[in-house]
Amino acid sequence: MFGDYSIGDLGSIFVMQGFAGLILFSVYVLMALGLAIIFGQMGVINMAHGEFMILGAYVTWMTSNFFQSYLPSLFSGYFFLAMILAFLASGALGMLVEWVLIRHLYKRPLDTLLATWGLSLMLQQAYRSIFGAREVGVELPQWMLGSLHVTDSIEVPINGVFVMGLTVLITIGVAYIMFRSRWGRQVRAVVQNRIMAGAVGINTAKVDRYTFALGCGIAGVAGSAFTMIGSTGPTSGQLYIVDTFLVVVFGGAASLLGTIASAFSISQTQSTLEFFMSGSMAKVLTLLAVVGILMLRPQGLFALKVRK
Amino acid sequence: MLVGHQPKPFLLSVEGLTVSFDGFKAVNDLSFYVEENEIRVIIGPNGAGKTTVLDLICGKTKATSGSIEFRGKDLTKLKENQIVKAGVGRKFQTPSIYDDLTVFENLEISYPRGRTVFGALTFTRDAAVRDRVHEVAEMIFLKDRLNMSAALLSHGQKQWLEIGMLLIQDPDLLMLDEPVAGMSVSERAKTAELLNRIIKDRSVLVIEHDMKFVEDIAHKVTVLHQGQILSEGTMEKVKNDPKVIEVYLGH
Amino acid sequence: MNDSRFATRSELIGILVLAVFLVVILPLCLDVFRLNLVAKYLTYAFVALGLVICWGYGGILSLGQGVFFGLGGYCMAMFLKLEASSVENTKIQSTPGIPDFMDWNQITALPFFWKPFHSLTFTILAVILVPGIFALIIGAAMFKRRVGGTYFAIITQAVAAILTILIVGQQGYTGGINGMTDLRTLKGWDIRPDHAKVVLYFFEVGLLFACICIAQLVRHSKLGRILVAMRDQEDRVRFSGYSVANFKIFAFCIAAIFAAIGGAMFALNVGFMSPSFVGIVPSIEMVIYTAVGGRLSILGAVYGTLLVNFAKTSLSESFPELWLFGLGGLFIAVVLAFPNGLAGIWGDYVQPRIGKLMGTRKPKAGWTDNSVADGAPAE
Repeated sequence: MFGDYSIGDLGSIFVMQGFAGLILFSVYVLMALGLAIIFGQMGVINMAHGEFMILGAYVTWMTSNFFQSYLPSLFSGYFFLAMILAFLASGALGMLVEWVLIRHLYKRPLDTLLATWGLSLMLQQAYRSIFGAREVGVELPQWMLGSLHVTDSIEVPINGVFVMGLTVLITIGVAYIMFRSRWGRQVRAVVQNRIMAGAVGINTAKVDRYTFALGCGIAGVAGSAFTMIGSTGPTSGQLYIVDTFLVVVFGGAASLLGTIASAFSISQTQSTLEFFMSGSMAKVLTLLAVVGILMLRPQGLFALKVRK
Repeated sequence: MLVGHQPKPFLLSVEGLTVSFDGFKAVNDLSFYVEENEIRVIIGPNGAGKTTVLDLICGKTKATSGSIEFRGKDLTKLKENQIVKAGVGRKFQTPSIYDDLTVFENLEISYPRGRTVFGALTFTRDAAVRDRVHEVAEMIFLKDRLNMSAALLSHGQKQWLEIGMLLIQDPDLLMLDEPVAGMSVSERAKTAELLNRIIKDRSVLVIEHDMKFVEDIAHKVTVLHQGQILSEGTMEKVKNDPKVIEVYLGH
Repeated sequence: MNDSRFATRSELIGILVLAVFLVVILPLCLDVFRLNLVAKYLTYAFVALGLVICWGYGGILSLGQGVFFGLGGYCMAMFLKLEASSVENTKIQSTPGIPDFMDWNQITALPFFWKPFHSLTFTILAVILVPGIFALIIGAAMFKRRVGGTYFAIITQAVAAILTILIVGQQGYTGGINGMTDLRTLKGWDIRPDHAKVVLYFFEVGLLFACICIAQLVRHSKLGRILVAMRDQEDRVRFSGYSVANFKIFAFCIAAIFAAIGGAMFALNVGFMSPSFVGIVPSIEMVIYTAVGGRLSILGAVYGTLLVNFAKTSLSESFPELWLFGLGGLFIAVVLAFPNGLAGIWGDYVQPRIGKLMGTRKPKAGWTDNSVADGAPAE
């Protein structure tokens, strides 16, 4: 298998493969962060999470088109505005969905799953009706194209580096909100003891709504970052939902650090395996390993606080 | 007429029982012994580890160390359903009955036959089952509610139903967690009467706060405090133990 | 009153009504094309039926029933494909005598796991046993470790994703994304012409009623009541001396085997099998059939499946845009407003009025066992 390559080539291939794994890792972390809040903290299974992400991607696409047509001089910076808009759009939709749907179902987690699946179907059709069935790609600003030459044989794409940087920033932001801010304390208080939290004056309904909206908003930002490395279609969200849930569950649903560690191990496994076999077999083996480990050792990884 | 003072083997021997949750020892090196046909009441302040002791005996919680011997079997090595088969029955603190089934069906499920998957599939409701269900229903004052959905029972009736479900199992050791909590005065009296009737021919381990109730039924009382035994003996002895008065009975 | 081992009188009436509907009315009213469409829908009814036991009664939501439907379907399709790939049928291939898609993928000999599927007896056993054993393994691994609820749902969903990717990726062995097409004969009997479709329809309805009877037996046995009991008070069941895990495994296996029978009938009736009936999307759609029919209603599962599929076919023929909105809305409406589905609506609204009209004392129609407790009289 390695016969055709020299040692130096092999080294470069592994570095590049490792980098590809890091980009996949960033994508997983971005997707899983929002879900870790909604599923891990609130215990709500949101099957429409992928569609919230895609909403962010479409918002980014629209913003880029807008800048291209009306503000071409500012095009190189459109992305930052797009991310904010993506956050707001997905967050607002999340708030609405919480109010209409989720809040009636907190005591029936399996039913939440079915209802949000219905929601995801409706959103997919809405995207298809509005944006068309074909995948759309975002025009990247000039500075994001091309790649960095690390050595002669190793180069890394700039957009990948950008997405990784973004992931780090968003992760730090989420960690700050959840573990350092007053609001994050309220969220955790509600998760741990709803009745008591209500009794000490926390508006639990409001905390629920904003937590859900925050999770959805982060999904929107993830979708926005996603447009940097791939195209977007109405059903793109569905492709990732299982992976995302597995990342969160594998990491121990309530732990942010666990989510990151599990995203790292899953993405690195997959991208390393991809070097040895076809992409689909790599994916099958990775998922099998995750499911297998979850079956053998649920106690170590299942640290979920179930909503009562 | 024969040898009078041969030591009877204990029904239940708990020795060196310890369980720790993340370093917190809810039960700490606990040892006690229950004889055949003895009624033992466990009392103690909140958080003393009373319910945890029952959890450990019935297998709901796994012990960190120590042994629980029942009729020569080490219960710490058995699964919950095997412990039930060995002859231990447990009533939970909040009534846990099957709301979606009728009173009859609730009792029938507890009837100790057809407990495997295929046993349950081929189980028939024959005369023996029906008679036993009726007999128990009469004891627990629910004779004329057999066809009623269990969800419609009052809180006290639900408690009785759960006691009935244990009764139909006919366990050698019956464990009751606060059987009269949340009951009205008249229900309480009826329950005491019920318990006095069913505790014959078996050993009973009861957790209870109601001191009058405890005095009525207890042969021996064990006082738990912070996972350890503070005092043990007859109610009279325990009541006059200064340590007990300080942590529990005093206020 | 005797304790009925099988069905209450009203349930028997419901089963008879369904039998008349499927055996007499539909074949008389529909042409062969439409009847074959019903046959296709009914293959999903097997899955829905299994979900009533597993999800409705046992409270175990599996989002991977497509896996078992697919395993059953592929087992049957492998047999049919082998029969269609006789040496003379495939003499233009570079390797005659193996399925066409293998030839296209430069495979030159029949893989070992295909070989036993030359035998129909083996195939029929495999249709039952492969999914059954697979469910047993998953169930044992999960339920013995007390993994349940949402985690179980997510893991079964992951299994569905894995199997789909595997089937699509290994196209030399499975036919890939196109699946196994061009299935022709069963032991020399052509399954494609109209009269064969009619025969297969009646055979399928017969099997469906066999499964309904099994489901009725389970529901009216003590096992059925234990499943219901477990759903709400798992610990109480455990401390009444039952091994909760074993009962869950049983319910999951029954559901898997029903789904597999449906899958095998799908391959026969529709004439092909593809990964698009295995993955996450079809698996969740199968759950909604059960939910629409009423998750506690055995006969409701059949009606729910037929209704949703008829709606799907007619809506997506005339308004393809609307179909997903309709299906999505249906999911949400059923969950929010009608948790007991059609059977619940029937029991709550229709039945009392019929009762009033007839002037009788609240009769119980067979297929609306929406309230679990009244089905089994105590004495």
